[in-house]
Amino acid sequence: MTEIATTAQAPPPVRLPLTEAAHIRVALIGLALSFLAFFLVLPLIVVFVEAFREGVRVYLAALSEPEARAAIRLTVLTAAICLPLNTAFGLAAAWSITKFQFRGKSLLLTLIDVPFSVSPVVAGLVYVLLFGLQGLFGAWLTAHGIKIIFAVPGIALATLFVTLPFVARELIPLMDSQRTTQEEAAVVLGANGRQIFWRVTLPNIKWGLLYGVLLCNGRAIGEFGAVAVVSGHIIGLTNTMPLHIEVLYNDYAFAAAFAVASLLTLMALVTLAIKTVLEWRLGSAAGAARVH
Amino acid sequence: MTATAPTLAPASRWRRRRVLPGFGLTLGFTLSYLALIVLIPLLVLFIQAAGVGWGKIWAELSNPRTLAAFRVSFGIAFMAALLNAVFGLLIAWVLVRYRFPGRRFVDALIDLPFGLPTAVAGIALTSLYASTGWIGRPLAALDLRVAFTPAGILVALVFVGLPFVVRTVEPVLRDRERENEEAAALLGANRFDILARVILPPLLPAVLTGFTLAFARAIGEYGSVIFIAGNMPGYTEIMPLLIVIKLEQFDYAGATVIAALMLIASFILLFAINLLQAWARRRQGD
Repeated sequence: MTEIATTAQAPPPVRLPLTEAAHIRVALIGLALSFLAFFLVLPLIVVFVEAFREGVRVYLAALSEPEARAAIRLTVLTAAICLPLNTAFGLAAAWSITKFQFRGKSLLLTLIDVPFSVSPVVAGLVYVLLFGLQGLFGAWLTAHGIKIIFAVPGIALATLFVTLPFVARELIPLMDSQRTTQEEAAVVLGANGRQIFWRVTLPNIKWGLLYGVLLCNGRAIGEFGAVAVVSGHIIGLTNTMPLHIEVLYNDYAFAAAFAVASLLTLMALVTLAIKTVLEWRLGSAAGAARVH
Repeated sequence: MTATAPTLAPASRWRRRRVLPGFGLTLGFTLSYLALIVLIPLLVLFIQAAGVGWGKIWAELSNPRTLAAFRVSFGIAFMAALLNAVFGLLIAWVLVRYRFPGRRFVDALIDLPFGLPTAVAGIALTSLYASTGWIGRPLAALDLRVAFTPAGILVALVFVGLPFVVRTVEPVLRDRERENEEAAALLGANRFDILARVILPPLLPAVLTGFTLAFARAIGEYGSVIFIAGNMPGYTEIMPLLIVIKLEQFDYAGATVIAALMLIASFILLFAINLLQAWARRRQGD
């Protein structure tokens, strides 16, 4: 562009239409920001305003009553079951998919994505069909006194289903971009499998792994539909935090519902903040272009 | 290893030695875990649905209440995905091409709907758009009601689908060279022509991918919708809610049939997303 301008013996400066006029730019930015204000910022603010509407005392009481404490405990327990299992799955899947060539790899990649496209309600329903009273194994489970549906195991299973892809989805593109040269060098130098994983692979993927686990954690704690189907809403026993919010809200205990919701919102914001910091530290490659 | 590979018999290609350890272990674990948690349970759902019998399946699918739920779910999800496509493209454009204060903060905020639990989004949006809420009250003065009408469902689905289009379009827009735009400008095209003929066409696969992702998510969405929808059968009742209601009435067969139908829709959309992503990769490659 500039070369052309100099060779053309300084014609009157031509303004090329390479961007929009200033007023259009401002209008587009304004439109985008107001859309985001209505759909993202206001919902965020309203959670905290409603939570403190009846004062700090009501807020703290809502979080410390026995039902709320039981819900928080169950939610933490569910996350504690799901995170290690799905992290192990994510590591195994990413290792086999990115370090080796085999037939059917793209099918496997698609299958790992299935829980993202299945409605959470359907995810809960499949376990009811398997383990519920009228389910496939219902009679056998009842005869042996094992309770899965309307109990903690069902909640854990449904949460495992919906959070299954998160760690794998985070690690596969990352490990794929790192190739296998470092691991192969370790093999040549005589390292065994465990040494390769702990000393070569893990240091390379630790931030991606951390972010995958955080996403998995966020969904495990916040899952509603799948857990609602299998939980049975037994207050104090099978109510997770999101289900407890529903119970409170339907009882018109709005301030209490929003108080519990504010905890979950804080968790989402912390996750978002960590993600943003990781992206800034690692450049856009680590976090950009990720849809799930 | 690679030097000897061509001399091996074709059958032994599968058994060739791998340099790195752990292939059998990790793939075995991956496949068994995936099968146990996801694939076998989904398969059981289809088997159960087939076992219901055609007569009952037909009765279920032709039931006016079910049909109305299909219309509500697919129709509103489609509109929400459309809105997301338009505003997602706009937001991605503004974030990539323009500089303004707070841009990085806004960019980080886009992912909020992925991280915010759906029940929280549901009660927050309901409180905003109810006729006593910050947005609902001014709208009610104009005689517009959002919460507890189909418009409320639309609001919730736009919220949950918002990041999909932004996050699929953003990287494509960022990576594109601007030489084509400059060439078009030098050839005398005005800004509108450049937008319509040079900038937007290559973004189409990404926009469509984002649209389909948002649509797929919106069809299955439950938590954020049920609070704001009002859940009136035939008017604001969505398919996932109908499944839950049928389960609560111990109508397992009915729930299974509707769930199987939703699953088929999910698989078709998953397939479409894969095709679109392959198309987008080819487009970006050339």
